[in-house]
Amino acid sequence: MSKRVNSSNFFIHILLGAIAVLCILPIVFVVSISFSDEQDVLKNGYAAFPRVFSLEAYRMMLKSPGQILHSYLVTTFVSVVGSVIGLTLSSMVAYVITRKDFKASRFITLAVFFPLLFQAGLVPFYIYVVKFLKLKDTLTILIIPYLVIPWLVLLLKGYMSKIPKSIIESGWLDGAGEVSIFFRIVAPMTKSGLATVGLFYFLNYWNDWWLSLLFISDKAKIPLQLLLQRILSNAEFMRSTLFQSVGVDIDLTKLPGDTARMATALLVAGPILFAFPFIQRFLVRGITVGSIKG
Amino acid sequence: MPNLLSKRKRGLLDHRGLWLLALPALVVVVLMQYMPLPGLIIAFKNYNYGLGPWKSSWSGFSNFTYLFTTGVAARITYNTIKWNFLFIVLSHSLAMLVALLMNELSRRSIKIYQTIFFFPYFLSWVIAAYLGFALLSGDRGIINTLLTRMGRDTVIWYAQPDAWRVILPLAYLWKHFGYIAIIYFTALIGLDPQLFEAADIEGANRIQKVFRISIPQLKQLVVILVMIDIGRIFRSDFGLFFQFTRNSSTLYPVTDVIDTYVYRALLTLGDPGMAAAAGLYQSVVALVLVLLSNKLITKLDEESRVF
Repeated sequence: MSKRVNSSNFFIHILLGAIAVLCILPIVFVVSISFSDEQDVLKNGYAAFPRVFSLEAYRMMLKSPGQILHSYLVTTFVSVVGSVIGLTLSSMVAYVITRKDFKASRFITLAVFFPLLFQAGLVPFYIYVVKFLKLKDTLTILIIPYLVIPWLVLLLKGYMSKIPKSIIESGWLDGAGEVSIFFRIVAPMTKSGLATVGLFYFLNYWNDWWLSLLFISDKAKIPLQLLLQRILSNAEFMRSTLFQSVGVDIDLTKLPGDTARMATALLVAGPILFAFPFIQRFLVRGITVGSIKG
Repeated sequence: MPNLLSKRKRGLLDHRGLWLLALPALVVVVLMQYMPLPGLIIAFKNYNYGLGPWKSSWSGFSNFTYLFTTGVAARITYNTIKWNFLFIVLSHSLAMLVALLMNELSRRSIKIYQTIFFFPYFLSWVIAAYLGFALLSGDRGIINTLLTRMGRDTVIWYAQPDAWRVILPLAYLWKHFGYIAIIYFTALIGLDPQLFEAADIEGANRIQKVFRISIPQLKQLVVILVMIDIGRIFRSDFGLFFQFTRNSSTLYPVTDVIDTYVYRALLTLGDPGMAAAAGLYQSVVALVLVLLSNKLITKLDEESRVF
């Protein structure tokens, strides 16, 4: 009996292992290309393992990190500011939504969740931002649209409605106002929920290319994801931005191209790659709570 | 008496406090979601950038007439629904299979699988496009390198629409199945162990337990998740169709969905009226679908209703 279980477990491992390998293989390829010698790659194509190992792509980029470093700053700024403000605003409104004794909470719920049902769509939004708000080429427009994300508000609401009413009432008895009850009692009690949702906000900003694709053309404000997209779609753009300070007397075709592209992608995905095993727990909890309760 | 008075006073203050907490979020939502709504009239205008949405001349329904009589609407609607339907079926099937398999193993040994399956969900489509490029690049991609080594002709993948009938589902699965698998897996490990113990006593084997207990117990969750996805069937994963295909125009017959058409009509073709008309068509149908799916979900399970 147990022998049969063991052998069928073995087959399950083979099957799941194969799927896992397929999932991870493309990432291995990108890593391999980024550590390969450019000339070898040009001649023999990409390979699963570097045929001729080289750090040239990374070396060149670290030598003139100008645009990448700049985009890193842009993305970091947007992600940090956006997730801090976003988390604050959404958790405050989520708390109000849980307060069924507050008559307007029904109206506020409707106002926050209506966009899940109906949206103006790209064209009115685009023209409104460009023509009326005049926020083209600003960091503001990379932040504001994602500050209140309905399903994250829903997730926060789930965490907050678990707080017993009696605790909030005891706050009233101590003479605390609603604002201080929220900051001194409710927020500290939902710390792990806030951490989870904060992570989702952060990743959402870090990974976003949509808003910058629409609104950013100024090189000084290009975030990482848009930089990556441009590098992939345009080899000229790549050479001129990645190696802007190398000098004009150098033969541009001798510079790492494909290998540098892949190295850039890894520098952008890197933080998530390394942090993922540690933050996974929170993300899993958020997704399962959110999908089953939401 | 003074007690009552202070209570009332507090009640007032309380409300002010709650309004204060809700206000910043409400301002953001109004600014980003409600203010653009009047702009929908662009769908009924010959939009002129200089004149703006209000002063541009009316065009009645001509934008819509164009979309629906030239076959554009039919094509992008067909692509959108076809792809999303396929994605829903494939991703939920694979996710269920993987969740059931993981459930057969010990909790410790699945940790690594869970991490790997879940991870692609948190990579952006831009990064995914790089992974795709490493495989599919015409000159040096891994697949073409292999083909050459096998003595076969190479393929210019980004100009080969038929190939993308397979590539698109694979890319979608790669990014999304792990997310759904984790939801199913969590539901599976949450099942009442007594169900399985009772089956053990009756001498059920592993496969019987899967088909008689695990799958039936999850049926409702599956129906709900699929209904939610069907409610969204009119909206596409723009990143997949735009970034992952590198916006290659040769592929449009296969890859052009409503969202990519709207984007292109607005920013490449410079026809905001047409783009807005297609967008409004999408928003209205999507609204109907979400309401329908929500109604069905509510019927099945009062707990998981959204509205």
